Amino acid sequence: MDGIHDMGGMDGFGKVEAEPNEPTFHEKWEGRVMAMVRAMGANGGLNIDMQRFARESLPPVTYLESSYYQKWFLALEQQMLQRGMVRADEIDKGHSLHASAPLPRGTFAMKDVERIMTRGSFARDASSKPAFAVGDRVRTKNIHPATHTRLPRYARGKAGIVERINGCHVFPDTNAQGKGDNPQWLYTVVFDGAELWGADGDPTLKVSIEAFEPYIERA
Amino acid sequence: MSGHHHDHDHHHHDHDHSELSETQLRVRALETVLTEKGYVDPKALDAIVEAYETKIGPRNGAAVVAKAWVDSAFKKALLADASKAVATLGHVARTGDHLIAVENTPKTHNMIVCTLCSCYPWEVLGLPPVWYKAAPYRSRAVKDPRGVLADFGISLPKDTEIRVWDSTAETRFIVLPMRPAGTEGWSEEKLAEIVTRDSMIGTGLPKAPK
Repeated sequence: MDGIHDMGGMDGFGKVEAEPNEPTFHEKWEGRVMAMVRAMGANGGLNIDMQRFARESLPPVTYLESSYYQKWFLALEQQMLQRGMVRADEIDKGHSLHASAPLPRGTFAMKDVERIMTRGSFARDASSKPAFAVGDRVRTKNIHPATHTRLPRYARGKAGIVERINGCHVFPDTNAQGKGDNPQWLYTVVFDGAELWGADGDPTLKVSIEAFEPYIERA
Repeated sequence: MSGHHHDHDHHHHDHDHSELSETQLRVRALETVLTEKGYVDPKALDAIVEAYETKIGPRNGAAVVAKAWVDSAFKKALLADASKAVATLGHVARTGDHLIAVENTPKTHNMIVCTLCSCYPWEVLGLPPVWYKAAPYRSRAVKDPRGVLADFGISLPKDTEIRVWDSTAETRFIVLPMRPAGTEGWSEEKLAEIVTRDSMIGTGLPKAPK
């Protein structure tokens, strides 16, 4: 979707301000939200692309005004409701009032913590050979799906070079919709700064994106 | 319990309650519901929080960088397949399959961003700092990285190529910064101390040796 989350190249947000000695969490609830999101992913309640799509679907003003973990929380709550795993009256009361929904991998418990400390693999067996090779000149497609995509706006319709082939991965565009892994080859595609930002851009800049095969065509 | 005491407790309770933000209350409510429904065990949530507070942070990445600086075979393996190379170190948080290490050289400076959300190599750097997740960095890194570097007090030679890696998939990146001059003969442990988090994101450089 052409959402507020797709920020690459926007002006007006000001300076980057780093906080010295920043704590891991600024508030205790932030840690709880992070852990709940990880747990509800690990037990099969939600996949990562559904969570991302829910965050980017927040109203733009809410997205900009909310902190990172507030966005995570709002999206998690919304997804729990939308998927029927929790109902609105339960949120209001702060207690379970109805039967639980079945989870693919059951309760997220202590025995599962170690497993999620190793990052999950998104690589899948390929049903075909990669269509592009390292060094190929490609152009990203000019696509504007209303659903989740990982092709950023600033890099649509741009010519670049395939620099790496990173294997065949779960395709976020379908995974976010619960339509399955639909594995696709994943490439690092690098662009000259001028291709993205015009002749006035930084001449020493190169930017790469991680592009799934359906995002690109031969240039 | 005396009336006075009761009032005091009551007041104290109200005071605590008013300090709970709406978000805090909503988070607590959702956690209770998820727990009562049997979706999550709160003890397992505690363990996740604790791991990121105490075990998983940029010291993991710094150890990787320091080893690459002193061990050329490891550096070669790291640049060829960072997931495999880092797995040999037996870190608490294992990297899975999709870590890519990118090397700074006198000609090229690398910087990592996620313009679409905040993808970050948690396993080697811990949870990302607020600035990495915020709009100023996500918007500007791909367009004006030298301006971003200036915000961090860094100025690079005019002819250095700036290579920005936008983490738009599940691949994750760690920058291998250049080893500062004046660190010859240092141990891995001593070298790891000068490897900052930001130097592994590309918004900083290792600390100058004292």
